[in-house]
Amino acid sequence: MTYLPLYKDLKAIYNAYIEKNTRSKKRKGENVERVILHSDANCFYASVEMLYHPEYAGKPLAVGGDPEARHGIVLTANYIAKRSGVKTGMALWQAKQVCPDLIFVPPRMDLYLKFSFMLREIYSEYTNQIEPYGCDEAWLDVTGSSSLKGNGRMIAEEISRRVKKELGITVSIGISWNKIFAKLGSDYKKPDAITEFNKANYQDLIWKLPVSDLLYVGRSTNRTLQKYGIRTIGELARTDPDFLELQLGKMGLVIYSFANGWDDSPVSVEGYQAPIKSIGNSTTTPRDLENDQDVQIILMALAESVAARLRKHCFKCNVVSISIRDNGLFHFTRQRKLQEPTDITDEIMSAAYRLFRENYHWPRPIRSLGIRADDLVMGQVPVQLDLFMNEQRREKQEKLDRAVDDIRRRFGYHSVQRAFMYQDKILSSLDAQGSHTVHPVGYFNGR
Amino acid sequence: MNDNKVYVEVIVKFSTEGAMMPIEFIWEDGTKYLIDKVKSKERCASRKAGGTGIMYTVMVDGKECHLYYEFDKWFMERKSA
Repeated sequence: MTYLPLYKDLKAIYNAYIEKNTRSKKRKGENVERVILHSDANCFYASVEMLYHPEYAGKPLAVGGDPEARHGIVLTANYIAKRSGVKTGMALWQAKQVCPDLIFVPPRMDLYLKFSFMLREIYSEYTNQIEPYGCDEAWLDVTGSSSLKGNGRMIAEEISRRVKKELGITVSIGISWNKIFAKLGSDYKKPDAITEFNKANYQDLIWKLPVSDLLYVGRSTNRTLQKYGIRTIGELARTDPDFLELQLGKMGLVIYSFANGWDDSPVSVEGYQAPIKSIGNSTTTPRDLENDQDVQIILMALAESVAARLRKHCFKCNVVSISIRDNGLFHFTRQRKLQEPTDITDEIMSAAYRLFRENYHWPRPIRSLGIRADDLVMGQVPVQLDLFMNEQRREKQEKLDRAVDDIRRRFGYHSVQRAFMYQDKILSSLDAQGSHTVHPVGYFNGR
Repeated sequence: MNDNKVYVEVIVKFSTEGAMMPIEFIWEDGTKYLIDKVKSKERCASRKAGGTGIMYTVMVDGKECHLYYEFDKWFMERKSA
């Protein structure tokens, strides 16, 4: 709520900011307008697989999870498959129905991450302001290198040419003076295209796009906007911000600013890490969970991972939350405040299990589970001890956890296990921490 | 299965600065080929063989060919295919 007054006169604030920056930059003889690129690797996983499988050239191909491990969905499909109606997120059998000739290849995350790294190596030759958005997208602020490497379009053309030659995949690049429009540019024309939105053409091009194309206009926001007849980005840009605030809260003002191109958020410097606000792990289990013991095994694997990561980053959590998805894909989350901040595996596990017992009464078997530690405090922060808690025992547990962390760091995750986990070797084979992948951070980067 | 990608054994010389220079490679039939000269080295994708790596353009018996260093293996494109 404290941000709201700042948004009251968005245009005036934005203009004042731009005016101030322009004046100081003009004095220094610098380029006054930012040049932001957004580069998006087209059908990233599928393109990498197409490169590695030249024998599949001209055929529909999808990268899909392993049906045996029940991660049976299409992660990415190539353009030939997409034209036949294959969509990301489809179950493998559905994809096969709409495109019977579809070739499935299992995902190779290690390889895709190597390509992602090589992409960033190319970007880093043009700027140090590289803000990744997932492993296949990134914003680049090339304002500083324009004088050396040419204008935004020339840099985009060079990057596009190099990616094609050096990595054998294609990128779509959007160019604009802000991050939001640059991203719209990379989505505007695909594959292997460059789109520039400048102050002269954005009203003609961007304002005609459906409002759902705008970052942070999801399904629910789109529904609300459609209800009031706001169908294009232009209509959103011309709507009264007070009305949007009333309907959508703070986000109403944010998307109003985005639609008008009033976005001055910087592109983070390479290597910037957003402050950690929560630590969580979730997994789709190798088989449906059917009883409390199954749930305990998975929760223990997840709690071990979450607690180990809390300790690694020197955090303790005040809140534990769990997420449950049953095999009918019904999903919900529940959370609980702890008596004292903790990074002890057993305490996180017992809080999670208690939440589970109180909130799930087995209407259906469970397909996926997650644990998240929220409301983090630094591990060394002084806390008021509770008279009725056994602090000696807690200290012992902390020491025990750290010893286990150390053994696992040296000899691998499965080198030391709780006997309890051996009751079901399939379920306990999960290394939640090792298989944990960092997903795209939000646009706001935790700010 | 992609038949155009041939992984080869390569004998490499490392300079004191850590630069890597291929000296000789062994084709899949066991024939050894001495590399007369490395003309250039750059990152490049091979659509024919399927993959990407540091491409060494080398001269062997007066002919130019490409050797790719792909993460931790070496491959070449099959000519006949």
